[in-house]
Amino acid sequence: MSEIICTAELNCEGLNCPLPILKTKKAIDALNSGEVLKMTATDPGSINDMASWSNRTGNELVAHTEQAGIHTYFIKKK
Amino acid sequence: MADAKKLAIIASQGTLDWAYPPFILASTAAAMDMEAVIFFTFYGLPLLKKEISAKVCPHSNPAMPMKMPFGGKEFQSFNWPIPNVISGNVPGFENMATSLMKETFKKKGVATIEELRGMCQEFGVRFIACQMTMDVFGFEKEEFIDGVEYGGAATFLEYAAEANISLFI
Repeated sequence: MSEIICTAELNCEGLNCPLPILKTKKAIDALNSGEVLKMTATDPGSINDMASWSNRTGNELVAHTEQAGIHTYFIKKK
Repeated sequence: MADAKKLAIIASQGTLDWAYPPFILASTAAAMDMEAVIFFTFYGLPLLKKEISAKVCPHSNPAMPMKMPFGGKEFQSFNWPIPNVISGNVPGFENMATSLMKETFKKKGVATIEELRGMCQEFGVRFIACQMTMDVFGFEKEEFIDGVEYGGAATFLEYAAEANISLFI
């Protein structure tokens, strides 16, 4: 993942639906087109929710990794 | 965003548990670049008050799990069998159950109703208060948060006629 350059980071660990999505939306709004947000979450529901959110909004989910229950998402603003 | 999908929700329930779905769905819809309107009617109307005093009502909801938000994992998973004679007659039972529910939500990282309502407004979700319900129950506009629109069935239906998703909650 070292090749992905992030402009901003957002920690949603411990938060439950729909907060990771709402906070991601706010964080993405603050970025410029093409910039990448790194978001971490512990909510297992965020896997499907982030995919759906990305599909609908057109902001690209560049990568998703999981380690010890912590999900890391890289989202590129459209 | 002329081609944005539209969500129309009628919020008709005023208990704490039923206050969640309208605000969760509307805020998330807005976060997904959709338009969203919530029409607050009957018991849903007090959710627009500056101070939300919604409670859970275990007596009228036998399916509600009674869980403790503290103690060991096994203790927390235990579902307390509370007979209706207690949940319906013991003074303060609803307040206690409401505090336990709020504490459980907090521990699980769930937003408060106030937080979700604020996010809705920040994201441009429109709130419409049912004028008829206001007159019936004697609510004044001053009791409600700012940014609320007022209207009736036709106001809601005009929007809902163009909506992709319509929900009655």
